[in-house]
Amino acid sequence: MRYLNKEDVKNIATGASLFGAGGGGDPYVGMMMAISAIEKNGPVKLLSLDEIDNDDIYMPAASMGAPLVMTEKFPKGDEFTRAFNRLGKYLGKPITGTFPMEAGGVNSMIPIVVAAQAGIPLVDCDGMGRAFPELQMTTFHLGGVSATPMVVTDEKGNLSILETVTDKWSELLARDQVVEMGASASVSLYPSTGQQMKKNGIRGIISRCEKVGEIVKNHTKGKDWQLNQLLDLTKGFHLFDGKIVDISRETRDGFNYGEMTIQGLNDYKDQQMVIEFQNENLIAKRNDEIVTSVPDLICLADMDNLLPSTTESIKYGKRITVLGLPADKKWRTPKGIETVGPRYFGYDFDYKTIESINEEVEV
Amino acid sequence: MKYRLGIDVGGTNTDAVILDESLNVIESTKSHTTPDIETGIYNSMKTVIDHSGIDPNMITHAMLGTTQCTNAIVERKNLAKVGIIRLGYPASVSILPYTAWPEDMVKVLSGKYSILHGGAEYNGNPISDFDGNELRQLLKDWRGQVESIAIVGVFSSIKPEQENEAAAIIKEEYGEDFPVSLSSTIGSIGLIERENATILNAALHNVIQRTANGFAQSLIHEGVKNAKTYLCQNDGTLMSIDYARHYPILTIGSGPTNSIRGASYLADSKNAVVLDIGGTTADLGVLVNGFPRESSIAVDVGGIRTNFRMPDIISIGLGGGSIVTEDDNGDITIGPESVGYQIEEKSLVFGGKTMTTTDIAVRLGKSDVGEYQNVAGISLAFAQRVEDKIQEIIENAIDQMKTSSDDVDLILVGGGAIIAPKQLQGVKTIIQHPQGSVANAIGASIAQVSGDFEKLYSYEKVQREDALNDARSFAEDQAVAAGANVSTLELVDVNETPLAYAPGKTTKVRIKVVGELN
Repeated sequence: MRYLNKEDVKNIATGASLFGAGGGGDPYVGMMMAISAIEKNGPVKLLSLDEIDNDDIYMPAASMGAPLVMTEKFPKGDEFTRAFNRLGKYLGKPITGTFPMEAGGVNSMIPIVVAAQAGIPLVDCDGMGRAFPELQMTTFHLGGVSATPMVVTDEKGNLSILETVTDKWSELLARDQVVEMGASASVSLYPSTGQQMKKNGIRGIISRCEKVGEIVKNHTKGKDWQLNQLLDLTKGFHLFDGKIVDISRETRDGFNYGEMTIQGLNDYKDQQMVIEFQNENLIAKRNDEIVTSVPDLICLADMDNLLPSTTESIKYGKRITVLGLPADKKWRTPKGIETVGPRYFGYDFDYKTIESINEEVEV
Repeated sequence: MKYRLGIDVGGTNTDAVILDESLNVIESTKSHTTPDIETGIYNSMKTVIDHSGIDPNMITHAMLGTTQCTNAIVERKNLAKVGIIRLGYPASVSILPYTAWPEDMVKVLSGKYSILHGGAEYNGNPISDFDGNELRQLLKDWRGQVESIAIVGVFSSIKPEQENEAAAIIKEEYGEDFPVSLSSTIGSIGLIERENATILNAALHNVIQRTANGFAQSLIHEGVKNAKTYLCQNDGTLMSIDYARHYPILTIGSGPTNSIRGASYLADSKNAVVLDIGGTTADLGVLVNGFPRESSIAVDVGGIRTNFRMPDIISIGLGGGSIVTEDDNGDITIGPESVGYQIEEKSLVFGGKTMTTTDIAVRLGKSDVGEYQNVAGISLAFAQRVEDKIQEIIENAIDQMKTSSDDVDLILVGGGAIIAPKQLQGVKTIIQHPQGSVANAIGASIAQVSGDFEKLYSYEKVQREDALNDARSFAEDQAVAAGANVSTLELVDVNETPLAYAPGKTTKVRIKVVGELN
């Protein structure tokens, strides 16, 4: 057990932008909420998975809706306290604490806010180890945990509890309510027991985010040291250095599709990399060979200072370093690959782990 | 003959120019920027008027681009005690005003705020009902403790009426002259950043009065009695001095914009990259249809995040006074250390002991300032290596500003322009002008007046055409209020952004119009 303060939160936000793998949104507003909540209520208690009881119930917390609306109208601050109380009564057992379902982007921050406001512990795990665009793309879904009962609530005090037959129905019904609540609302789903979390959660992800932030912040030791530390921590691969020479984007069905072309620099001079994305980066091709694909992470960072970049901030001329990080092994099962592998996103090839591709190349 | 006077305050120099009716430069001057700024403005104004020999009464327009507001924020000086009123309860309470601000700044502004009922949803529906009595009670509590008030409504860019209503109550309670800043007139969507900009605007109330009065008095002192006076905004346009008294925050960042606009005028080009090389740094900006391209990311002012429009500028530590050194391994370092305005004492060509980029330019025969003899001893090979490095730094910076791999035109301005190579990769043509060293002051004097308006419309409820016309009429009203001649107004930018995950074809419309000075 330990406590997270404001500085820790800033580091976690940096790590969350990296693990967002190009998507997940800018954690800025979430980070501001977390800082505000800690200033008011004090540091947040962080528990490891080994420290929680098997029978206790924990509830993830997230924001749902239009990202632009979230930059203008943010929550009151007691939404989740209310949601957790109501759900506790509904389940007949109080909610002990919270955790993020998504380690990347804005939703990595919301559970920290909730933990501070409600004075409950935060658990060091998540259900993705990264960011993904759809509600069923979680390791809890793989393990057979239902997304419902799900709570949708707003700052005015409106609240609903959804029980649905499939996770797709949760998405549809919740989306409608969120619109009526002002196109942005607080949601909580995948209520889980300690035992389910130990089985399905991705361990230590918050601490890993924090370490990434600490490494990126530490300019004094130089970029080579920082890069090596990052690769050691994540067991990742340095895939490319280069300059963006082309970027195309298209918005379809609420998702951002596109691809970027990177011209090599430094050790990668005269080489080229293409990255295709749908909110998150999906595949990376170096000189036409696939070097990483989902569910492994393709992460972008500023070449000079290693600050992580989302695909939204990519523009011509930006110099970036591309890192490939192995996905958690739960994603590398047949059901995991079926849920978030290349074929699910419309590609006609089989998933190969980043280690098998890149270690071969290096030999 | 009628004349215009333009003054622009930079980090190192304060430049002034006088233009005739056809906008020809008839006199220009540079003097050191003084710590109080005011004195430097006065010195340059006096010199340029004296040297021009014109009758000061024939100056009809006087424009000032100044850093007084920026400095006040950075130095935390002369700022007003601000009360912040946010309308939107119960929404938005999870991020309080002043979150993540530097603590010393919050203290200076007194840290007073309150979140009251009111505010709107994205579609204009109320979050909760605005309550005038609640506001009056707050004003009673604050009486005598605040000098300026910032009002910030959730989604006030969609429903500005509520902010106006609140302002009217404040005027009733505190008097007609009490300064009130409304967020809907200052920033765009993004509550934290707009609120921050509005707070800074409110805090600058005393500073802008002093700036405006000082400028007006200096002009009268120099016999300029018939001129309309203007301050420069960061988007490259002007506001009449009376308008500026309400919007001091808009003066921040006008310097780089002025040099981009001045460069555009001198080169007679509307689309190009502008490289302004000064004494210590070089600024790069991009001209798009005659105006600077705006930054798409949040801009920090004195450690405070804002989202108001700022030119997309990158600064590199390379100028005419940048110090050149070589280490034991033969590696060359250029800048960011610089001799700055002391170049005429410290650099080799002027008899000093420090090697600067200007010395290298003279050694290579690109410039004839100072004494060539003093640099003749530098080996040609070394000078060439420095030149190659300067070229690499500039080419990289230009490349970062481009939006495609096509070659661009480059307009080269600023006092340090002599250090630039004659040819650059990725550049079609390098355009230079003899008056390029005072491009910023020229930019200040030729500027037009603009109006800028942003709002969310539901294209299911309002025809797209009607929405665009509605937004345009608001933008035009703003331009006229800022001092534009209504018959010259021109639409320069229409920006429509559909909102992801929002119903009713909700679209953010932003319109900008520009006109000539009245």
